[in-house]
Amino acid sequence: MLNKEELAKLQAFAKDIRIKTIHQMKIRGFGHIGGAMSIADVLSVLYGKWMRYDPKNPDLPERDWLICSKGHAGPAIYAALALKGFFPLEWLDTLNQPGTRLPSHCDHKKTPGIDVTTGSLGQGLSVACGIALGKKQMGESNTIYCFMGDGESQEGQNWEAITFAAQFGLDNLILFLDNNKMQLDDMTENIENMESFTEKFESFHWDAAEIDGHDYEAIDRAIEHAKAVKGKPSVIVINTIKGKGCKFAEEMWNHHVSVSEKQADEAIALLEQA
Amino acid sequence: MIKVMEQFEAEKETMASAYSSQMDKLMENKDVMELEADLGVCLMGTDMKDIAKRHPGQLINCGIQEANMVGVACGLSAVGKIPFLHSFAPFITRRTNDQIFISGCYSGANIRLVGSDPGVMAAYNGGTHMPFEDVAVLRAFPQLTILEPADNTMLKNLMRQLVEEKGMFYIRTARKTMTKIYKDDSIFTIGKANILREGTDVTILAAGIMVAEALKAAEILYKEKIAARVVDMFTIKPIDQSMVLDCAKETGALVTAENHNVINGLGSAVCEITGEAYPVPVERVGVQDCFGEVGDIEYLMQRFGLTAKDIAKKARRAIARKGGCA
Repeated sequence: MLNKEELAKLQAFAKDIRIKTIHQMKIRGFGHIGGAMSIADVLSVLYGKWMRYDPKNPDLPERDWLICSKGHAGPAIYAALALKGFFPLEWLDTLNQPGTRLPSHCDHKKTPGIDVTTGSLGQGLSVACGIALGKKQMGESNTIYCFMGDGESQEGQNWEAITFAAQFGLDNLILFLDNNKMQLDDMTENIENMESFTEKFESFHWDAAEIDGHDYEAIDRAIEHAKAVKGKPSVIVINTIKGKGCKFAEEMWNHHVSVSEKQADEAIALLEQA
Repeated sequence: MIKVMEQFEAEKETMASAYSSQMDKLMENKDVMELEADLGVCLMGTDMKDIAKRHPGQLINCGIQEANMVGVACGLSAVGKIPFLHSFAPFITRRTNDQIFISGCYSGANIRLVGSDPGVMAAYNGGTHMPFEDVAVLRAFPQLTILEPADNTMLKNLMRQLVEEKGMFYIRTARKTMTKIYKDDSIFTIGKANILREGTDVTILAAGIMVAEALKAAEILYKEKIAARVVDMFTIKPIDQSMVLDCAKETGALVTAENHNVINGLGSAVCEITGEAYPVPVERVGVQDCFGEVGDIEYLMQRFGLTAKDIAKKARRAIARKGGCA
């Protein structure tokens, strides 16, 4: 249960994540705005409340891990990391610039606080499983968080990892399935209709919850529940809006788009007024 | 420091057995792990379950899901584990290419891919299981080391080294009985090729099962008064450039011998070096860009032109081409 003060803090943090994400894409003039915006609220609750980390020591052994298998959402995570002090805010001006530490897809070797390199879809959950298994064997209490896109769930490797995680009882693993219902070419249901994710995961012996991915109370409660689950991994299906909180993105097909200065400034101004 | 046997005879145990017993020892280090994808018994032997019991949690069966296994291994390595992961050579390389590239090499992971029964060693499993292209596809991956041990002594020594080494490795290994090339106390240096036999007329550069064939070829040539140097190029990448160049300069003609497609394997790697730095005639013994098929190893080696006789023939041709002859 979030108190009023906590809720206000998380809302403000999510707003900042969104503003800084739009800012990064405005400077470069394009980006994967949709899938970055859709996870901003969950990122706020994770980095604002639940995750253990030390911005001065990104490799802290006791930290919780975050693997963003949908690697193109990197800019939203860069915003959260910069706002929490992992690296200077000025780095956010360098997204996709030559020699940048912030490439469009998450890169562990380049960005402090990015735990795993992703970008080729379908691979992050397997790596998360390895980390979770290793930590469990070592008797350490880290929580391993992972984001997977709904479109990304079409990759077969995910389902290998889903059976693996259940077989090895990886209860230190919490997966957020970003059900934003759109992928690059079309609505997800028109390409591969996955129907009920929770039913699928439950039949694979996962603990499954489905929530509004923009409802802070629901996110908070679902994480609290998932952390308490023993003997099996947890998925939290987050129903989200692709482009959420970025006016021009919400109004268009938004997987990867051009971002003009005018569009970005208007979207940022609207967020600031909210 | 290597010590070469005086006589070359069959090993007393299979390479699979050598792998299994060495892994059993290496797993005394609690961080060493063996990951299998339901071909565990094929490499670890029928006592795999006993080995697993001796080292709880260290030998895990991921199920028939090689792509996931590569990702899991990369995750384990991120938290300090030392994973070796095995399947048949085509499945651990070809099926898992993007996982090896992105979750592995590009991410800076530390994993040891073990591909068993490469090339004709797949024998009766046939064309579906017979990779002549595993080295070819992986050789273009930056920061990946490719090793092909010639005998059990080398395999065991390299396995021990790989526990300490960081990085991405592919070990191309047999399961069947190899020819014993090295004395038991030999120590190998990754990236440094081994001269097994001296010679001045031509050099045969070989790896894996082709090392024994190269030594037989050198005997055939010796009877014809041709002195062939034989070099074990067990590190296919990064290749020992200075050895290749020294052999080119000192013997003036090279033959490469590989249980693999001639495209982008050992032969190609050698040609890249001589072509740029010291052109000499190079003849490549290997599979001529075609698919595998079922058969025993002897038949397949003849079928694909991988025998000592084939090597000797190419050696004569390489020598004949010295000085610009056709």
